Amino acid sequence: MTAETKRLLTTSKAISEAIAQEMERDASVFAMGEDIGTYGGIFGATEGLLAKFGPERVMDTPISETGFIGAATGAAIAGMRPIVELMFVDFFGVAMDQIYNHMAKIHYESGGNVKVPVVLTTAIGGGYSDGAQHSQTLYGLFAHLPGMKIVVPSTPYDAKGLMISAIRDDNPVLYMFHKGVMGLGWMTPNPRATGHVPEEPYTIPIGKADVKRPGKDVTIVTLSLMVHRALDAAEDLAREGIDAEVIDLRSVIPLDREAIIESVKKTHRLLVVDEDYRSFGLTGEVITSVIEGAFDHLDVPPARLAYPDVPIPYSRPLEQFCLPNRETIAAAARQLVG
Amino acid sequence: MPSNDTLRAMHRQMVRIRLFEETIQQSYFEGKLPAFDIAAGPVPGEMHLAAGQEPVAAGVCAHLRPSDTVTATHRPHHVALAHGMDMRRMAAEIFGKDTGLGHGKGGHMHLFDPATNFGCSGIIAEGMPGAVGAALAARKQGRDDIAVSFFGEGAANQGAFHESLNLAAVWKLGVVFVCEDNDWAISVPKAKSTAIASNADRAAAYGMPGVLIPDNDPVAVYEAAGEAVARARRGGGPSLIEVKTQRLLGHFEGDPQLYRTAEEMERLKATDALHIFERRLVDTGVLSEADAAEAWAAARAEVDDAIGFARTSPYPQPSDALLHVFA
Repeated sequence: MTAETKRLLTTSKAISEAIAQEMERDASVFAMGEDIGTYGGIFGATEGLLAKFGPERVMDTPISETGFIGAATGAAIAGMRPIVELMFVDFFGVAMDQIYNHMAKIHYESGGNVKVPVVLTTAIGGGYSDGAQHSQTLYGLFAHLPGMKIVVPSTPYDAKGLMISAIRDDNPVLYMFHKGVMGLGWMTPNPRATGHVPEEPYTIPIGKADVKRPGKDVTIVTLSLMVHRALDAAEDLAREGIDAEVIDLRSVIPLDREAIIESVKKTHRLLVVDEDYRSFGLTGEVITSVIEGAFDHLDVPPARLAYPDVPIPYSRPLEQFCLPNRETIAAAARQLVG
Repeated sequence: MPSNDTLRAMHRQMVRIRLFEETIQQSYFEGKLPAFDIAAGPVPGEMHLAAGQEPVAAGVCAHLRPSDTVTATHRPHHVALAHGMDMRRMAAEIFGKDTGLGHGKGGHMHLFDPATNFGCSGIIAEGMPGAVGAALAARKQGRDDIAVSFFGEGAANQGAFHESLNLAAVWKLGVVFVCEDNDWAISVPKAKSTAIASNADRAAAYGMPGVLIPDNDPVAVYEAAGEAVARARRGGGPSLIEVKTQRLLGHFEGDPQLYRTAEEMERLKATDALHIFERRLVDTGVLSEADAAEAWAAARAEVDDAIGFARTSPYPQPSDALLHVFA
């Protein structure tokens, strides 16, 4: 083992390193968005890039999301590979038409003749009392609309490999990082937001889930910050003799249904944990996939823990009541096994 | 002043656009009458034709090359043809055929052509940001290609219009914004929707030149566009041109146009820019009567060939609907 292979990075530094390495490799890659230059991105995803690459390749934009997200699509069609950041996913409403009617559809409308290789990055998630317009995850909403790949990393290692894959992908990729997995100094400390990240560039295939903890008694399918919560819960369950398998989806589109089904065939029990709204979303899709693909292997009906169908409240006890956590995940798993 | 060759080329362009639109209109109504059924016939769905707006397309696109990006609207045919889109593949797309530009997946509002860097959008003003991005890409790639964004006067009240103008100006990009003011946003006249008489005045708010062409004259459009295109190409930044043009037909085919008066319809016929332009070219000796007739005959043959190609082309396999979501 060399010292290099033990290098530890936060998720935000892993992301900015991935972008920097791709910008060095490929002159068509550039970054733009609000406060991504001098500030380095509100969540640090573009830290250090301006100093390294200059203002032509790391562009601060006006607060004109329709304008600059649409410009990213236009630049991608013209042969560039833009990485465009829109600070919070909650802000996507102001540019929704450019995202779902243009970026996501032009390849299809052109019968495959036009490619739109944009990486659209954004911060998701709550838990720190930022209220109803700064705390949502919303990947279920965008996953419902055909034409965009969606990746949601939970670790620094995955974040770097998925960013490099996203940049090299010829499709629009929505890259959603949870504020709680970034390892930011101004968020509640999260030891799982720092981890080993190799220095050299590497890719992680989009659409491949990862078994973050193997187990034989119950499958917990989740993603993003909830992976951390599920791993905490799995530690508690292990002390009680329940061996939980934690599957990190990593990508929402394409969804790795095979990995989920394989795991359920082994454990015969399914719990889906999600920070996105409960109804008409990811939890329902995962459970349906298992019903379709492994119904006979289920010993008990599948269960889900998700955000209740309410806007996200500000007050700490209200918000914390709504979020799945270590205790509620362990309790739900216990119930399936017991 | 454009050369006589350019004038003749613009005339031919306008003639082929007009004949294409008229022929599409005839095809569109096949099978739809007597009780109008929008889903019936060889060309189903909505159809937005641009007869009357030829001067804008011909005058602007005369300055462009295929490597320049052009974005247009839900009413895109005149611009697409003037920018050099293959008429056969365009017609085939409108007929929903496998030989169409998008293998029948786009339709007449969603024509995309990598060969001429053309794209359009069915959403008002939302084609504009893409043009800004194309100009940004050209600069980054060290090309002196430009982007031209066509949109209607109704689009000038959309946020995307203002964001695009500001973005192009603050980044000093080579974009020419062309407002086709046909006075009608479906049934709402400009006077009822827009606080100022000319959108060209709005250019000042973004520190760019704004020019108003008040009379749908292809020569005036050509001259204004020439300046704007040259400025964009030499790195001088964006411009805005508004042309008071004419929508000779309804917003869509089948539009009863109850909101327009009989007097207006009569006036439109009398002031059809194509016929006025042709008469002027003949009167000034730029075009002989025989040249004019030849232009119409050549366009007739080209349009008939393209529509014939579209009609005889095969439909895509139904299950091809599942292809091309991802590259």
